[in-house]
Amino acid sequence: MNVAVCVKRVPLSGGRWVLNADSTDIDTESSFLGFTLSPHEEVAAEAAVQLVEANGGSSTVISLGVPESAEQIRDLLAIGIDRGVIVETDGSEWDPQATAAALADRIRAGVGDDGGAFDLVLLGTEAADTADYQVGIRMAHALGWPVVTNVKGLTITAGVARCERAVGSHREVYEVALPAVITVKDGLNIPRYPSVPGRIKARKKPIDMVVGDRPQPRLQKVRVELPALEERSATVLGTGADAVPALIDIFKQIGVI
Amino acid sequence: MILVIADHDLGILDPLSLQAVTAARSLDPEVHVLLVGAADADAAPQLTAHGAAAVHVAQHDALTDYAPLASARAALQLIDELSPRAVIATGSPRGNEVLAHVAAIRDLPMAADCVSLTLDDAGSHQVVRNRWGGNLLETALVHSPLLLATLAPHAIPAAEASAAGTVREFTPTLDPSDTAVRVIDRTGDAGGGIGLADARVIVSGGRGVGGPEGFKVLEDLAALLGAAIGCSRVVTSAGWRPHSEQVGQTGTKVAPDLYIACGISGATQHIAGCRNAKTIIAINTDKDAPIMGYAHYAVIGDLHSVLPALVQATRESKG
Repeated sequence: MNVAVCVKRVPLSGGRWVLNADSTDIDTESSFLGFTLSPHEEVAAEAAVQLVEANGGSSTVISLGVPESAEQIRDLLAIGIDRGVIVETDGSEWDPQATAAALADRIRAGVGDDGGAFDLVLLGTEAADTADYQVGIRMAHALGWPVVTNVKGLTITAGVARCERAVGSHREVYEVALPAVITVKDGLNIPRYPSVPGRIKARKKPIDMVVGDRPQPRLQKVRVELPALEERSATVLGTGADAVPALIDIFKQIGVI
Repeated sequence: MILVIADHDLGILDPLSLQAVTAARSLDPEVHVLLVGAADADAAPQLTAHGAAAVHVAQHDALTDYAPLASARAALQLIDELSPRAVIATGSPRGNEVLAHVAAIRDLPMAADCVSLTLDDAGSHQVVRNRWGGNLLETALVHSPLLLATLAPHAIPAAEASAAGTVREFTPTLDPSDTAVRVIDRTGDAGGGIGLADARVIVSGGRGVGGPEGFKVLEDLAALLGAAIGCSRVVTSAGWRPHSEQVGQTGTKVAPDLYIACGISGATQHIAGCRNAKTIIAINTDKDAPIMGYAHYAVIGDLHSVLPALVQATRESKG
């Protein structure tokens, strides 16, 4: 089974953000933010490693982004992904249509070195930053494959994927024949940490670079802003157990006791 | 005219559908609604009571349960028939999914999770939408003759309107492949944490709880308050609690009356899930933790000494 996982390098969201001078993005340079992947994508990569361990085949991680995305791809190579592909951008944002088209092109290109065609594409249900909720579905239509989204339980038997997604207090079950696109959510599994031998092996694994050509965006970002709520400052009720009477007063005010 | 794609599960209308109808009315007084499959008898009247001029109920023998692509096909048929200026769906997993199929099939842009929409006759519609689970707001232009957008949950409250709406059934043309991906079974248990999204009070724990056994005192407090247990991503990643209890951008987004954050630093990933709580109380040893910028009230101290005293005092004041 040849599995592709699509991921996106995004700023590491710790505490508060500062916007850049023209309010078009989070300032990652002067606030020295690191970079990471969405938890949705970390579980997608873990699922790919597990599927290849169980069924044989290969796993490939594909990312549309700056060349520095290699940092995040190496982390995934270290947990057992076989190879990486970067569709290189200059850092400007691609809209969901362009992103899906470029990623679908890489899926059509296959594993490479006669590794054959892909059987399964895994990606996050939405990217951590832009949260467009559509790239996986657009890829599926471009490839002519079926798609299941929001998946938190996945088992594959005899070329059929059984997918579960949580809806309120129950789980919906879907079945889909491969090849297919499946978008997953955090909670699908608990991703492993890279081991030291894994990190050493990852240095020798290939990351191919492909140049991307960004079309005019049809969903075009103009500016970003922090929501108004960010300005609050908590009223300190006290220190340690001495604050308990004040807490009880608040419970009574709100009417929870 | 605006077309709204309503959502229901097992016949029960998702209330976000009524918010979508309300939002659509502010763009154009004529709102039509698509309802796919056999919804409860009161679903269509609820939609008309909120100002829908017409409800189009798609009925087909193949529509036995939710099938995203089939819903998209029904929407496409109505789009061709009615020529709406915009199609609005709920910013829920289903609404986002169905509209993304529509957008992919027609190769049109789509803006998800919008908090405001402005139509432009020249075809450059302006939207404001959530990024990072609502931690960042993006103003964007959607370049398309037809605006496709999903509405962020609770961005616009549902409002009734006096309008005499009509209800009609139609049979969409479906290919067997349109229902190939559909709900084929349901299992009763989503894995614990039931009711987290609807809980009035949530007692939530983070890294500061220290381990799975540390949650005992949170459970005691939750039992006294009739609260649900929540937690941060650190906690589920460590395997201390099931993922179904995770509050955050990649977990459950909650809006309780009271959210008690115990030993939670307040990373943006977590804030995206609890920012809509009416009151947030933070119990944390670090007075400079990011959570202090979001909480209404704070107790500076170790939750392991605060919570046992709080449990006892709560028990006493309940008599």
